[in-house]
Amino acid sequence: MALTISSRDVDGVTVLDLSGRITLGEGSVQLRDAIRDLISKGQKGILLNLGDVNYIDSSGLGELVSAYTTAKNQGAALKLLSLTKKVHDLLQLTKLYTVFDIYDDEASAIASFK
Amino acid sequence: MSGPRAGRLSFTLSSTMESVGEVEAAADKLAGEAGLDEDERFHVAMAVREAAVNAVLHGNEYDPAKKITASFENTGKALIFTISDQGKGLDPETLPDPLAPENLLRGTGRGIFLIRSFMDEVHFRQLHPGTELTLVKHLAPAAE
Repeated sequence: MALTISSRDVDGVTVLDLSGRITLGEGSVQLRDAIRDLISKGQKGILLNLGDVNYIDSSGLGELVSAYTTAKNQGAALKLLSLTKKVHDLLQLTKLYTVFDIYDDEASAIASFK
Repeated sequence: MSGPRAGRLSFTLSSTMESVGEVEAAADKLAGEAGLDEDERFHVAMAVREAAVNAVLHGNEYDPAKKITASFENTGKALIFTISDQGKGLDPETLPDPLAPENLLRGTGRGIFLIRSFMDEVHFRQLHPGTELTLVKHLAPAAE
């Protein structure tokens, strides 16, 4: 299943609800474009809701890291919400769990941007 | 795609992402038929996908004149996946450690690491030109 991305604003934070796979050719480019678009518009808080993402490959992991560093380099913050078990395990295995701010509930995640 | 023949599936595919999807789906099916649980099946399919991505992207660099070949086999004791490309070759010893602090924020370099993490054995062979990866997943002995 290809990646779908929908965007909503919650207290000044842009929440991107992702659904599907983030893989080479199936979602990496869409995610990159969405993040670059937000950054170019001056958005400083981005929350990626991964609750409906069951599959990320090495390319998708790289895209998450690139999104994180792109945001950080522009003075913005990018955080993750609602990891599925498979994605959680991948982030632990690759030690990326130590890189990202990760939240289980949206209210806490939104509050952390203030 | 050619096969199946004598318990072995063989593929010769073009260097496209569609081929990667085809190889991944076949690996997932073989892992399911071998009775692997959901996590193991996920890991095997992902490892094979990563190997196919390496062959298409880094090996053959999407060159339409170059093919990837794959063969899958269930020996009863193990699942064996062999994937090769016709690229310039890969020296696994030169790959940076993606877990090293200085590499954590790199956008690439995790594919081989994931393959090694998810499979029981990983072997590289230089083909001149090209690289052959053999991925092995041991199967638990059937209960008496």
